[in-house]
Amino acid sequence: MTATAPPRRAPEAGPSSGKSAAGRRLRPRIVERLRQGGLPYLLLLPAVLAELLIHIVPMFFGILISFKNLTLFYIHHWNSAPWAGFDNYKAAVKIHQPIGEALLHSFWVTLSYTLLSVALSWLLGSAAAILLQDKFRGRGLIRTLFLVPYALPAYAALITWTFMFQQDTGLVNHVLHDQLHLTSSKSFWLIGDNSFWAMVIVSVWKSWPFAFLALMAGLQNIPRELYEAAAMDGAGVWQQIRKITMPSLRPVNQVIVLVLFLWTFNDFNTPFVMFGQNPPHQADLISIHIYQSSFINWNFGSGSAMSVLLLLFLLVVTAIYLLVTSRGRSENDV
Amino acid sequence: MSRFTEQPSPMAQPKSFLWTRRVVLTLLLTFVLVPVYVMLSSSLKSLQDVQGSFKWIPHSLTFKPYVDIWKTIPLAHYFVNSVIVCVSATVFSVALAIFAAYGVSRYRFMGRKVFTVTVLSTQMFPGILFLLPLYLIFVNIGNSTGITLNGSRLGLIITYLTFSLPFSIWMLAGYFDSIPRDLDEAAKVDGCGPLGALFRVVVPAAVPGIVAVSVYAFMTAWGEVLFASVMTNESTRTLAVGLREYATQNDVYWNQVMAASIVVSLPVVAGFLLLQRYLVAGLTAGAVK
Amino acid sequence: MRSSSTSSRLLAATALVAALGLTLAACGGGSDKSGGKSTDGKTAGANSLSGQTITYWASNQGTSLDADKATLTTELNKFTASTGIKVKLEVIGWADLLNRILAAATSGQGPDVLNIGNTWSASLQATGALMPWDDAAFGTIGGKDRFAAAAIASAGAAGQDPAAVPLYSMAYGLYYNKKMFADAGIANPPTTWAELVADGKKLTTGGHYGLAVEGANGAENIHHIFVLAKQRGASWFDDKGAPTFTGPQQVAAVKQYVDFIASDKIAAKGNAEYVQNQTITDFATGKAAMMMWQSAAPAIASHGMKPGDYGVVPVPTQTAGATGDAGVTSMVAGINMAIFKDTKHKDAAEAFVKFMTSTDEQKTLNGKYGSIPPVTEAQSDPAFQTPDLKVLASVLSKSAAPLPQVANESQFENLVGPAVKSLFADAAAGKPVTDDSVKAALTKAQQQMPAS
Repeated sequence: MTATAPPRRAPEAGPSSGKSAAGRRLRPRIVERLRQGGLPYLLLLPAVLAELLIHIVPMFFGILISFKNLTLFYIHHWNSAPWAGFDNYKAAVKIHQPIGEALLHSFWVTLSYTLLSVALSWLLGSAAAILLQDKFRGRGLIRTLFLVPYALPAYAALITWTFMFQQDTGLVNHVLHDQLHLTSSKSFWLIGDNSFWAMVIVSVWKSWPFAFLALMAGLQNIPRELYEAAAMDGAGVWQQIRKITMPSLRPVNQVIVLVLFLWTFNDFNTPFVMFGQNPPHQADLISIHIYQSSFINWNFGSGSAMSVLLLLFLLVVTAIYLLVTSRGRSENDV
Repeated sequence: MSRFTEQPSPMAQPKSFLWTRRVVLTLLLTFVLVPVYVMLSSSLKSLQDVQGSFKWIPHSLTFKPYVDIWKTIPLAHYFVNSVIVCVSATVFSVALAIFAAYGVSRYRFMGRKVFTVTVLSTQMFPGILFLLPLYLIFVNIGNSTGITLNGSRLGLIITYLTFSLPFSIWMLAGYFDSIPRDLDEAAKVDGCGPLGALFRVVVPAAVPGIVAVSVYAFMTAWGEVLFASVMTNESTRTLAVGLREYATQNDVYWNQVMAASIVVSLPVVAGFLLLQRYLVAGLTAGAVK
Repeated sequence: MRSSSTSSRLLAATALVAALGLTLAACGGGSDKSGGKSTDGKTAGANSLSGQTITYWASNQGTSLDADKATLTTELNKFTASTGIKVKLEVIGWADLLNRILAAATSGQGPDVLNIGNTWSASLQATGALMPWDDAAFGTIGGKDRFAAAAIASAGAAGQDPAAVPLYSMAYGLYYNKKMFADAGIANPPTTWAELVADGKKLTTGGHYGLAVEGANGAENIHHIFVLAKQRGASWFDDKGAPTFTGPQQVAAVKQYVDFIASDKIAAKGNAEYVQNQTITDFATGKAAMMMWQSAAPAIASHGMKPGDYGVVPVPTQTAGATGDAGVTSMVAGINMAIFKDTKHKDAAEAFVKFMTSTDEQKTLNGKYGSIPPVTEAQSDPAFQTPDLKVLASVLSKSAAPLPQVANESQFENLVGPAVKSLFADAAAGKPVTDDSVKAALTKAQQQMPAS
């Protein structure tokens, strides 16, 4: 890690910065100090501005809206929408009332979906990365093919899966029912209970290559000496995987799990492309649930309140996760 | 740049391991490739065939979908839009990330922690929370400055660049951390300013990380549907939104959807696979230290 | 070199800050300033309109967005030639149209003229983003009387000036496959639901089904249960606009519709997931012998089925020859044309609407799209005297009723449509669909309706 950064070394004025050299002649001290202390801020400025414009300001705007009664009667003059106080939040958290109950249901669906998808993606990713660690014939090709789902545009992949999941004419039922005779009748995948599983399968298909890629990278960092030493001690391949590979991958795993969790929890594309704007009850992910409240029921106040709750939940989860796993670059080395 | 260090196992592998490997890899390959096969085979079927029951082996092949896709929707136009938007968003996102990551990696200053935490936490914003506010802001900028952001490619570029920015900064900062500071110092002794050091020393040494981040930024933008559906119009529509138009009032042209998906995916997949070596190497030192 | 690229970046960044500052100021000011006082008003006369450019958002009516664009461009050129007003056309798919309108309504930045689904009329009217069509406005396009009364009734809430003008009208009919009927020994198409189910059972053999329904399509579900409830004398909203989803007639209506799969089994289970007009495909390819659809002729033809191979009759009723509410066989389907209230080209926009609703254009456009002209004068054109369109036109004038024109109509579609879809899913999965389960689903939908 990077615990020892050189704190504020006075940067020499290089020949490449003619303008500031000229400035220094006028007011040497101030510019020098500004350059010392100001440079990092200048470096961050463009990123900060972009984040402000697209994320931060709209977020505060969104929080503002969440306290307004912004329904279809007001959207044309959203400024004059009446204040709602905490009404939108109250409606969202009253879990024994229809709106809160639906939101809670959606939350549980999303949580199950996310946990399953992340766990399976991680499992497949690590299995593939570990099994491809050693050299053998065809390894390069397999590795390349495994990355295809990650490289395919999300829409193309999702629409293909939807096509495969069709009840009457899809590949999945063709295999399960016509060829393997596993089901007594063709199952439904895009409606009803199975729609949840269909969505999980598609999500895993899309995201496991990312886990695979990152874990492959992680494996490169394990010193070979460790394996050699273990082999000298008589440890077999399975033992090496358990004793050396898995523990060494822990930091990588921590990152992958967090990143996948956040991506999957906010996933909008998968349900939207697979089911349209009215997904089955069993596949009612929170992102699309909020989309419905906002854009279909035209209640942006309520939709924003739900988004804010979602954001708070994710912030808390991430904070706890980082505390527990004690990985956060900023905590380690400031 | 051969970052793939081959690791021949120090010990002969037992049969159980070899069999596990064969079985698991075969299953995984099937899982990965079946949809790809479906895409390919369906794109070569007539509309009547794709609407009928699925057959592994098409009984007749036709290339007509590959001709028709250009007529049913303005595919070429959408493709150009997507390329312009995604490439620009990637370039700017990576450029911004390089500066910010350099600042975070090489300097200790007040607000550094606030910055990193804030930027990272924007990664967890639900897009739906700021879609409408952002739209209103874009419209207001347009009204007050004359810079059209709403409905323009520029607006989408700015939006997309921030989607990948947090993760990019985080990864690059990690990568920069792994580049010895001595190199910067040496460059500075040679008369470079801090930015000189960044561009002459740090950036060249961080190529794999930068490539990895670029690919990530590009893919993030390439598949985005939600913002594109509200913030584009006919002339700026991107592929992710435009491909939906093969589902028309009368019919869903499944064969053309598949053909178009293949056509637009090919360059991306090819580029991605060409760069995969950098990807692994980039991630090695970046996110995954 | 490098530092100069840096400083230009900083320059760009500064510009962004400035822009952001302006934004915040603008946010405080609000969008009210976009009231769109058209200063280039009437006094100057028609000539001043020449040279203006208006923006028009068209909905997808034909086989593809491009086909629509070609069709409309031809007509728009005529308009430009005669008035000098240029029209910037954008055809928007149904998946995006409502979101785009919503965003436009919120920001005040939108097209001058736009198409809306007529069921959205009251909801969009409530936003105040559309120009009300008072008598003066109707005067500019030849008066309200030119339009069919049912079509006008689907253009906004009762007692208010319509929010839009009817452009294309459609009605549901029962499409049936003549050959399959003959093969099954059925002489006449059904006129009551009991007959339809009996015929359907005869037709359901060997992988063929009596009926196809678009079970996962929320809007289709709404249109059918609306009619089925209406035939029982029930509505989905009371006079005050409050939802009445859970009445016994409403429950019976939904159950009757879902039972086509659940207990009558005259529609294939697979229909429960139909959402992309597979119903038409099934009908045109002989997989299903009947379907209830609106103005389907062009779509059926695109699948290669000939007009002589199928017939169209009004959708059945509960008892033969029913009249009044009990005799309603269709909702008033169609597309309306609205003027965006914030337009800065009100007169040009009205001139454009006048052109699009002129008798000649009505004939041309409705002829191309297989719909029925809401302008009564245009209906006599031979293009609309085909057997199927004659039936649909008569349905529209005699036995069609507008969907509830209340502000919360879109929530109704969004809550009840998917509820019916879920019931279909239950039926397809073999779970029982009972009065209780239907009532429970409708109760839940009603509880989520906003109070207003």
